[in-house]
Amino acid sequence: MGKIIDMKDDNDAIDPQRRAFLGVAAGVTAAVTVAPGVLLHTVDAAPRAEPVTSDVRWGLLIDTAKCVDGCSACVDACHHENGLNLQTMPAEQAVKKWETQKPAWVRKVKLQDNQTGRMTTLPLMCQHCDDPPCVDVCPTGASFKRADGIVMVDRHLCIGCRYCMMACPYKARSFIHGDVHGQLTSVPRGKGCVESCNLCVQRRDFGQESTACVDACAAEGHHAIVFGDLKDPDSTICKLLNEMPSRQLREDLVLNTGVRYSGV
Amino acid sequence: MKRIVYREWRIPPTQFWSILGILAAVVSMATLAFGYMEHTGHWVSGMNNSVVWGTPHVFAVFLIIAASGALNIASISTVFHKPIYKPLGRLSGLLAAAMLMGGLLVLVMDLGRPERLIVAMTNYNFSSIFAWNIFLYTGFLIIVIAYLWTMADRQGAAFNRPVGIIAFLWRLALTTGTGSIFGFLVARQAYDAAILAPLFVVISFAYGLAVFMLVLIYAFDEDNRPIGAKIMRRLKNLLGLFVAGGLYFTLIYHLTNLYGAKNDGFELWLLTNGGMHTFMFWVGSVLIGGLLPLGIIYHPELSKERNWIMTACGLVIIGGLATMSVVIIGSQAYPIQMFPGQTILESGFFDGVNGAAAPYHPTIPELLLGLGGVAVSLIITVVGVRVLQFLPESLADDIVALDEELLGEEAFAKPA
Repeated sequence: MGKIIDMKDDNDAIDPQRRAFLGVAAGVTAAVTVAPGVLLHTVDAAPRAEPVTSDVRWGLLIDTAKCVDGCSACVDACHHENGLNLQTMPAEQAVKKWETQKPAWVRKVKLQDNQTGRMTTLPLMCQHCDDPPCVDVCPTGASFKRADGIVMVDRHLCIGCRYCMMACPYKARSFIHGDVHGQLTSVPRGKGCVESCNLCVQRRDFGQESTACVDACAAEGHHAIVFGDLKDPDSTICKLLNEMPSRQLREDLVLNTGVRYSGV
Repeated sequence: MKRIVYREWRIPPTQFWSILGILAAVVSMATLAFGYMEHTGHWVSGMNNSVVWGTPHVFAVFLIIAASGALNIASISTVFHKPIYKPLGRLSGLLAAAMLMGGLLVLVMDLGRPERLIVAMTNYNFSSIFAWNIFLYTGFLIIVIAYLWTMADRQGAAFNRPVGIIAFLWRLALTTGTGSIFGFLVARQAYDAAILAPLFVVISFAYGLAVFMLVLIYAFDEDNRPIGAKIMRRLKNLLGLFVAGGLYFTLIYHLTNLYGAKNDGFELWLLTNGGMHTFMFWVGSVLIGGLLPLGIIYHPELSKERNWIMTACGLVIIGGLATMSVVIIGSQAYPIQMFPGQTILESGFFDGVNGAAAPYHPTIPELLLGLGGVAVSLIITVVGVRVLQFLPESLADDIVALDEELLGEEAFAKPA
């Protein structure tokens, strides 16, 4: 008996090593069983793994009154964001000719009213039509509109026929006329395909706010371009569209563009 | 009317191989041009982000619509019961298939990614007239081959008329589809006009017939086969009708544009100060492709001479290429009117600064690619007539069917 009691006493005694082992084991078990769930959950939460929905419609509002003549911050930012600046002119090409062939996703345009002489400066890019002619004409479906309103080119399906460029009422598309070196991982490009502004789709997919051109314009202190969700009545862009008069370019075509202009 | 005998083209072998050699050389040059443009990129061409379709497309579209026009001769015989055209049916079908192949090759070789042709064959967007055209073109080839079989094989003769009717309707759809590539585009002032589709149908009749007549006359002359005055008269009168029809549709197209103020700018530019494009329109399309051939065809003396008729055919072809260049290149060169009532003072993307047209200067590789398509069409034709019985032995007046136009009313009266 005494032996048994002894044993009982022994068992009652706290064994710190055993406790430490159990603690570590529990911790490891928890880590092995729960952590993957946590990690998976984290990946699930990453926006690029979620299907794009039509709950939003991305768009831009351009206030031409704030757009400054001579400023090209939006164009430069677009070139850096999308790697257009990495494409160099072929050595044998004439500069003047390359100017007509190099890609431009956004360009600055300066206008003068024939009647009144009023000058306007504005950035012009893909207007992200609700009913895009480029999507209508594309034979392979490479030119497509995402559920969130972004019109872009699937570079794996584009055969380089350029019919979309014929069809775009805004001359928004560029054909990649030469080799492309040193591309950005987020914006793959390739010779012989057509491309255009995609509202910095790589930023959308990582849940970032704004676009490169909007950021650059704001950094210059002009705030002429506003990016946002046209379907969200509380978004800045919707509130501004409610407050100020705006219009679509070539609105006679009834394309319901995602890019709106004020002061044109 | 005697039985029509078809025979292979029996020119001397040296001549046959010389013709093939020259054509093969042109195709080789075109292949090199294709390799060069695809390897380096399209910057070596004259095409740019404003004028995205250039010289290759001028040749490609010309060949494609001429293909459907060439088939017209067979249709007149089969569908419209004009027996005088029957001996010409086989060559008509061969030329149609050959020119379509040539035109399509040029179109495909100019793609930015020609190696992705399989993508175009496996992914279709049926709201695109281009996607429909892929079916219209391949279907046309199959139907024309079937049509040729019904003309050449005794077993097929029973199907001649139904297949002929399908071929006729199909070629109308094909040319309408080709015209609609441009007619459906709302973006550009020169397009967005439904009349482009029927215009393309009518000019396709003229181009196809002009090519057909040149090939026919050349092939017959080289092989010492006779062509009678009767059939020549019919063919050249038909050509005159088609050329006049083309001019009429062109006139209506421009009148419609001129009536609305919104297209005044485009018409003023094209008709008066578009430089090369204005020249191409007035001198190339209207004068060389229209008025001069009409003058020859309806001239009381010249119209009887074979060389002058061939000249008229050549002029229609040259004028046709000029017309294609106006429709395809000129229409793109005119800046898109994004800001009506405003003048563009500066632009980073050639938006027509101060109304300036977009630049386009064709380059040698583009031209070679286009000529390559013509050479491919001719190789198919030359080999076809050489090895198979496409050409009738004679088109002399006593061989061809009665010319019902010259008969008096009594010839049509029922026998008592």
